[in-house]
Amino acid sequence: MSPPSVIGQPISRVDGRSKVTGAAKYAAEFDPGPRLGHGVVVTSTIAGGVIATIDTAAAETAAGVVAVLTHRNAPKLPYREHKADVDPEDGERLHVLQDDRVHHHGQPVALVVANTFEQATHGASLVRVTYHEEPALTDFGQAETRAVPPGARREDGGHPGETRRGNADAALAAAAVRVVAEYVIPREQHNPIELHATIAAWEDVTLTLWDKTQWVDNVRDEMAAVFGIPIENVRVVSPFGGGAFGSALRPWPHVTLAAMAARHVDRPVKIVLTRRQMYGSTGYRPHTVQRVALGAERTGRLVALHHEGIAETSTYEQYTESLLDATRLLYSCPNVTTRYRVAPMNVNTPTPMRAPGEASGLFALECAMDELAVALDMDPVQLRVRNDAERDEDADLPFSSRALRECFRVGAERFGWERRDPRPTSMRDTSGRLVGYGCASATYPVSVEAASARVQLLVDGSAIVSSAASDMGPGTYTSMTQVAAETLGLPLHRVTFELGDTRMPTAPVHGGSITMASVGSAVQAACTKARRQAFARAKRPSADLVEVLRQLDYSVDVTVHNEPDDAADHYSMHAFGAVFAEVVVDAALGTVRVPRIVGAYGAGRIINPKTAHSQAIGGMVMGIGMALLEHTVVDARSGRVVNSDLAGYLVPVNADVRDLEAIFVDEHDPHVNPLGVKGVAEITLVGVAAAIANAVHHATGRRVRELPITAEKLV
Amino acid sequence: MKVRLALTVNGESREVLAPVHKTLLEVLREDLGLTGTKHGCELGECGTCTVLVDGEPVLSCLALPVAIEGRAITTIEGMAEGGELHPLQQAFAELGAAQCGYCTPGILLTAQALLDETPTPTRDEIKEALAGNLCRCTGYTKILDAVELASMRMGARK
Amino acid sequence: MHPFTLERPRDVATAMMLGARGAPATEYIAGGTDMLPLLKDEVLRPERLVAVGAGVLDDRIELGRDGTLRIGAAARMTDVADHEGVGETFPLIAQALLAGASPQVRNMATLGGNLLQRTRCGYFRDVGVVACNKRRPGSGCAAMDGDNRMHAVLGGSDQCIATHASDVAVALVALDARLRLRSLDGERIVALEAFHRVPGDAPQVETVLAPGELIAAIEVPAGAALARRSHYLKVRDRVSFEFALVSAAVALDVEDGRIRMARVAMGGVGTKPWRMPRVEQALAGARCDGTAYRAAAERATDGAVPRGRNGFKLDLMVRTLVRALEIAGGQA
Repeated sequence: MSPPSVIGQPISRVDGRSKVTGAAKYAAEFDPGPRLGHGVVVTSTIAGGVIATIDTAAAETAAGVVAVLTHRNAPKLPYREHKADVDPEDGERLHVLQDDRVHHHGQPVALVVANTFEQATHGASLVRVTYHEEPALTDFGQAETRAVPPGARREDGGHPGETRRGNADAALAAAAVRVVAEYVIPREQHNPIELHATIAAWEDVTLTLWDKTQWVDNVRDEMAAVFGIPIENVRVVSPFGGGAFGSALRPWPHVTLAAMAARHVDRPVKIVLTRRQMYGSTGYRPHTVQRVALGAERTGRLVALHHEGIAETSTYEQYTESLLDATRLLYSCPNVTTRYRVAPMNVNTPTPMRAPGEASGLFALECAMDELAVALDMDPVQLRVRNDAERDEDADLPFSSRALRECFRVGAERFGWERRDPRPTSMRDTSGRLVGYGCASATYPVSVEAASARVQLLVDGSAIVSSAASDMGPGTYTSMTQVAAETLGLPLHRVTFELGDTRMPTAPVHGGSITMASVGSAVQAACTKARRQAFARAKRPSADLVEVLRQLDYSVDVTVHNEPDDAADHYSMHAFGAVFAEVVVDAALGTVRVPRIVGAYGAGRIINPKTAHSQAIGGMVMGIGMALLEHTVVDARSGRVVNSDLAGYLVPVNADVRDLEAIFVDEHDPHVNPLGVKGVAEITLVGVAAAIANAVHHATGRRVRELPITAEKLV
Repeated sequence: MKVRLALTVNGESREVLAPVHKTLLEVLREDLGLTGTKHGCELGECGTCTVLVDGEPVLSCLALPVAIEGRAITTIEGMAEGGELHPLQQAFAELGAAQCGYCTPGILLTAQALLDETPTPTRDEIKEALAGNLCRCTGYTKILDAVELASMRMGARK
Repeated sequence: MHPFTLERPRDVATAMMLGARGAPATEYIAGGTDMLPLLKDEVLRPERLVAVGAGVLDDRIELGRDGTLRIGAAARMTDVADHEGVGETFPLIAQALLAGASPQVRNMATLGGNLLQRTRCGYFRDVGVVACNKRRPGSGCAAMDGDNRMHAVLGGSDQCIATHASDVAVALVALDARLRLRSLDGERIVALEAFHRVPGDAPQVETVLAPGELIAAIEVPAGAALARRSHYLKVRDRVSFEFALVSAAVALDVEDGRIRMARVAMGGVGTKPWRMPRVEQALAGARCDGTAYRAAAERATDGAVPRGRNGFKLDLMVRTLVRALEIAGGQA
């Protein structure tokens, strides 16, 4: 008898024990041997110019200092061409310590390597750098006027400068009801709790890196390109990540620095960035200004949709994201234009931060929809349901599945939306504070990438399954163990899943909510094949895999490379959701609290409701942060971040959080991938800030169009 | 200036020769290999490096070890007794209160100090005790649930 | 961190002697919760630290028979906040303490250190920024026309507008607390209100402490009548673990629905904990009602100078104070 199905069961994390005992090893915690050197980065204090002088004498003679690397003595590295999905299409990554040019505040200009971390830190403080400062563009207001359309073409994965369907201008002019508004989202920082860290060790010509990364294979490939060595000579290990949310998608300059320094001093080198340094070198969600114009008939039917957005990027790379993508397909509308511009500035390059693009874009669109509902005197849920799209009008494809209406139905019921009095300032709690209900749609695309997995079925009846995937927190270890156990027909305890090592079969980036679909499909395919092989080799017929394995003389070992099918050519594949937020506003003091969020999501099949729910409410809390707290303050005069710590950059604390509920509606999607999963990481952040902003409007009558919603915007 | 430190960590006497300005966090991680204590900000702003000193939660990133000589230091490695998980550890693992797991050790120790002093805390008392521990993954509610569950189980056991 | 030596004197006399000498550059350290971040950020680079925690300085908390509260400078925030006598006699102090920092920090930080904590100004704490008169006298002030949302509207000068970040200092100033300062010359008593200095043209000098002089104890005069109706209200973006946008400490002596005497101070708005004598005068003799609260609270912003992004604090100060008065005094 085969064991009961474990897919869909709320299994506890298989790595739970290692995490609650402190046994789980993160990047900075590996021990490459007693000769470990510690590297501390010295960063630039100007936004643009060239280095005039670097005085390293004091640092070099400080106790314990082994070497000081600057552009003057650092080895010239080949930096062969390398572009991965996580790299901007246009531009080139920083070449660290290769020349005297400074592009932004916080750029590495020297590295001090010493015997201990304390010695290296002290040495770094002794390095004196002077600059020839040049005019730098650090004020978004100025940069905005020089914004350019993205260079990369849509067919190359770029995000287009202009798109047009019908004639939005004419339709807008003729529309019975119009809403035109501008929305501003400041720069936001991922701020995973773990500091970014890398340990590098060379052995002859081979390099091993223990790195905080969401993609070991790409770290390997990039380091091979940077150092001009074969990829076989690079190994990258990263079994656990202490959060990342996108900050560890790309290998940042410190990864190269660690490898460069390790070779230079001929001993392993560890670099742990400080929290302050992370603001200048591990990316961020870019500052955006968006303008939305909606035109509708009196019935609420959308007739015109214009959405434009401008985002900051660096001078050396053009970072773009799917800021306006969802606008083109979320609602049915015959006349849609989008216009996307990026503003190069003397800043470090932005990078995807949880739900990149959609989180920002749908904040604007969904606030505008709320404004339209007010203008129409129509229920905001009804407005969205009325404009639900039957097919993707942008790609002109049917949706593989779409549960938006169902999500609004289920979410509204659970939330108690019918208790909402539509008039602003009409609801109060028992202590007289204003109460508001708001909602928003959410969507995020489903992608599947090629991935491989290896399955070893051992003669003791157990299985080891592996793939070079990552787990920055969502529970990859657990969900893959479930898929493997289910497919093999083994009990969970007989299956071990391993990840985070380039010696394992290749896996795509751990981002964009694609891990479950991509790696999960590979694991499923490999397990199917391995099971078949085991049974084919069985000496005596049996329906029980354990029994079969125990008969074998040697283990089964298969590796399967799984390519996604062509479903994306035939279907538009997205997860959809509806978010409901309740806010309580102290009108006198301008403080906003969020006692309740309910999110309903059509995210396909849920492999593990326990880990998925946890991940989902984590997304909601990041949404609370986005709505009310988070703001990387950049001094427009200098381009330097003013609040580069965790006391000035506020992420939510437990007191900011009350009742959160994530509901996954039943959704069977036979097209997206063999497992039928859509991913839940990104979509659970999308729409949250808009729902909260809309609830604030409902509570107070005040429409705040610039995040975060703080006291001064309400009193 | 290096000093010889005599520290009591998880009930064991440990001797370390370290510069006086090396923080307890670095001594634990680098000299004693107790990497269960995590570094998140180094400035006392995230609670991740929390350890217990004489049963009270303190920030190891802000503590100079010489000031703690002779006092009992407990790190996450000392929480499970004889391989048996502390009820808090058990509850965190079960309820999914650990996601990426990085803030988990600091939160567990802080919660342990709370339950040692207040065996059946209210939800608000739990929130107040954990007010200084940031988590970026879980959304906090499972953490609070797990402390409540552990408290209940520990009460039932007595 | 700049390497330093650490002296652990056995007694306060030795500690004072070590601090009084000009060289090597010396800083005192007690709980370390502010000193360590300042050292790590290289804002301070002393050659030597002198430890003055419990054992050197008094950490006792005593409630005298006459109702005077005496807090040794080395007493920890947690111990003061949890002290039964403090909670009963001066709930305002306990409230303000619990509104500050985090439990872990409160387990380490001392009251003396709390009063001496340096500003949270982001330009002060980041040595990558050149212009900071407090850190480098004469270098300018990046906050003046920069990001000054959290900065002071009271007590600033054209040299510095950095906010004093302590919560408990606000409550203590309101309660007429005084400090016992000890130096090799002996002991002197200074009102807490006169202890911190406004920046003027020397923002690097923050208190009246002389080199080698230490806070020995904090004394709060008996104030039973005031203590009964008091409240510390802290307004901030995040619900906990954050410095104040605006805070208000109020203590009222009320009889028959009328205010006999009021003590009011505000935090998050001044370059030092800011006592509000004009508000107190306006409250004295007033009825406990919203109109009187409002009229008195309007006086809080007398002399306030906004600098760009902190302008909202003026209005918020009045609102915060009205709320604190309503909570403390109720409606007659």
